[in-house]
Amino acid sequence: MKKYIVETSLSYPKKGAMGKTGSWRVFKPVLDTKKCVKCLRCWISCPEASIHREKDNSVSIDYDFCKGCGICANECNVKAIVMEREKTKGK
Amino acid sequence: MTIMIDTGNRIAAKAAVMAKPEVVAAYPITPQTTLVEAIAEYVARGEYKGEYICVESEHSAMSACIGASAAGSRTFTATSSQGLLLMHEMLHWAALARLPVVMCNVNRVVGPGWNIWVDENDSISQRDTGWIQFYCSSNQEIFDTVIHAFKLAEHEKVVLPVMVNLNAFILSHTSMPAEIPDQNVVDNYLEKYIPKWKLDIDNPTTFGNIIGPAHYYRVRRAMQDAQLNAKKLIPQIAKEWMKLSGYFHGDLLEYYKCDGAEYILLSMGAIGAESKIAIDELQKAGQKIGLARVRVIRPFPVEDIIKLGKQADLVVIDRNISVGLEGALFTEVKAALYGQSDAKATGFIAGLGGKDVTYKDIETMCMKSMKGKVKEQELYGMEE
Amino acid sequence: MALKDLPVDECLLQGNASCPGCPATIGLRLVLKALGKKTIMVVPACCTAVIESLYPYTSFDVPVMNIAFEAAAAGASGVEAALRQQGRTDITVVAWAGDGGTYDIGLQALSGALERGTNFIYICYNNQIYSNTGIQRSGATPFAAWTTTTVGGKTEFRKELGEIILAHHIPYAAQTCISYPEDLYNKIKKAMSIKGSKYVEILAPCPPGWRFSMDKTLEMGRLAVDTGAWSLWECENDVMTFNGKSKLLLEKKIERKPIEEWIKYQGRFSHLFKPELDEKRLQAIQEHIDHLWERYRKCYVKI
Ligand SMILES: Cc1ncc(C[n+]2csc(CCOP(=O)(O)OP(=O)(O)O)c2C)c(N)n1
Ligand code: SF4
Ligand code: SF4
Ligand code: SF4
Ligand SMILES: [Mg+2]
Repeated sequence: MKKYIVETSLSYPKKGAMGKTGSWRVFKPVLDTKKCVKCLRCWISCPEASIHREKDNSVSIDYDFCKGCGICANECNVKAIVMEREKTKGK
Repeated sequence: MTIMIDTGNRIAAKAAVMAKPEVVAAYPITPQTTLVEAIAEYVARGEYKGEYICVESEHSAMSACIGASAAGSRTFTATSSQGLLLMHEMLHWAALARLPVVMCNVNRVVGPGWNIWVDENDSISQRDTGWIQFYCSSNQEIFDTVIHAFKLAEHEKVVLPVMVNLNAFILSHTSMPAEIPDQNVVDNYLEKYIPKWKLDIDNPTTFGNIIGPAHYYRVRRAMQDAQLNAKKLIPQIAKEWMKLSGYFHGDLLEYYKCDGAEYILLSMGAIGAESKIAIDELQKAGQKIGLARVRVIRPFPVEDIIKLGKQADLVVIDRNISVGLEGALFTEVKAALYGQSDAKATGFIAGLGGKDVTYKDIETMCMKSMKGKVKEQELYGMEE
Repeated sequence: MALKDLPVDECLLQGNASCPGCPATIGLRLVLKALGKKTIMVVPACCTAVIESLYPYTSFDVPVMNIAFEAAAAGASGVEAALRQQGRTDITVVAWAGDGGTYDIGLQALSGALERGTNFIYICYNNQIYSNTGIQRSGATPFAAWTTTTVGGKTEFRKELGEIILAHHIPYAAQTCISYPEDLYNKIKKAMSIKGSKYVEILAPCPPGWRFSMDKTLEMGRLAVDTGAWSLWECENDVMTFNGKSKLLLEKKIERKPIEEWIKYQGRFSHLFKPELDEKRLQAIQEHIDHLWERYRKCYVKI
């Protein structure tokens, strides 16, 4: 990454530009890998790119950034993801 | 070197094409039309090899210039009056984005009613956008200033857009000779354009996302610094060009017969040119008055004005009015003098709506001021 | 193209400022998967300017130029011209704008760019409102929908922008929806493979704007297609093809669901159901959609 000297509103890419957005969560998606059929619907549907996809198409949830919208749970046809209320706010 | 006898617009187009911008985006408006038509002719003849985007509005013209400049290309456009005003939002955008777009503005009256003649209310109303603003008074000066504009805009200590103003018809449509240097002279003077930031897939950045109070001021502060740098660089750039071309039209101001003057007339644009004849006549009649023709109003030549104030009382002619106050140049001259000099500044607003201002009129105005008959600033020739 | 064939790489980084359940980020992920890193984006004022996150950081891993609200297509024209001059024809120039920036304030610049044949992809993510400024009506807001500027429900029907775009006879125009990832991905890929002006519009159901629960973003898109409130189509060199379910609906191979099946989940239409059923307006909405599909059938069903 090269920084430009001229002073204007130029911003540089950063993962977590708004911090760990996982702290926004009220409900948390919980994945049951035994039920998962690796269809990848949750992976492609997550607005936060917070469902990671492995080489074998198994998936895992990145709680650092998951905002808890519940789309993944809603999209999973085999109910391998369920939403549970966060115990304390955030992670 | 060749001599080109042609209109201000066509000479501006010649200069723009010789600066080799990669992208021109423009929209026609009287009295700028013959300028963009001239560029279209260069395209047709294969003499201009860049992109010429015939956009659907001036707002889009400036937006396209901003896009092209952000992508790393030298860009040029031209407009006038209503077109300049339609660009207003994007003028701020270009300057805040620190993009060295160069634009010619043909000063024309702002409607309604429709009036295509000269006054300077169009560009004067854009003073706060962050653009550097030049005002020309001859076709030679137009050519040279357009070339300077690229040099200055792209200078690493400036990196701001530059507007070159030429008065409607009196300059835009009047044929006068101008010396056109060889292409290699321009090439050597301008050098290859290296953008100071750009949209780059190998170094992705986001330009212009949300920026809060904790940071935004830095962008404004840097623009201010850049304008102040430009103030120092304009004389230097003008002198460098003189060495190459032999032409010099002044620094921030052009001084004309100011030695020993007890009064100095300050005027701009075509009235600035006419003022020289008035000064000749007045001096012949024994009046101790000289001329300082204001070439640049942003950055404003504060120090030069103070210096003049140490020497003489000032007479200011504005071809614009900031309604509710007075002529803009008059306000700014007084602001520059404040606390720095006891010089008296008086003046006139003349030539609004394209009303003719002859050297005789200028003589009359100067005489009235010198006789102490003017309090502050008066309207001239608009008594009826 | 199955989901498993979509690329793993992300150009929209995690931890951005979007609302939870945001359709714009779902769309952006898919679009950027198709476009890849050799992309320059031009973005006018809209939610995406927020999603980019706060200076001095950005959530975009491709170059992005923010531009004034009405200027996306013009700004992109400039970028495209400059890149062509520089010989960088390997880079895809994309304008990514909301429905406000497309249907309303930016329509002139868009029409100009399409008429000039600017070599770029213009993508409109249509959440049927001005979201950024707090849910005001746009030309894309449907009849009877509540917004903060149409408090009793909008009194006009939405503009058929797709048909305005088609009148430019550009080489490629398409409508898709975030709920159909393969369809969306394929349409962007196809747009990339074609020279000239391309237009892709993505329906983007917005939970806070439409007042539905944030886990239902994709469901709202599917129901929009099932009820015919939205359609998936592409038009390549003036040849129109409806896609997926919309094709089946056009050919009457499946039944169109009643519009209530879509709007009953959205709080923006709740005044049509409570305190009492507003049959008149519900019927007007249904008739409008029926009429629209009749027109589609007349124009696009090959006999
Ligand atoms: C010239 C101008 N007018 C108004 C605004 C305020 N404004 C910013 S974004 C916006 C609405 C954007 O709506 P849309 O394009 O649909 O994008 P969304 O916010 O829905 O993502 C408005 C009205 C502006 N930035 N510039
Ligand atoms: S949607 Fe359900 S089944 Fe499909 S990959 Fe995700 S968790 Fe597994
Ligand atoms: S709850 Fe929402 S943000 Fe979290 S993993 Fe699921 S889809 Fe992604
Ligand atoms: S208002 Fe809608 S489109 Fe905008 S960020 Fe929130 S969810 Fe996304
Ligand atoms: Mg919108």
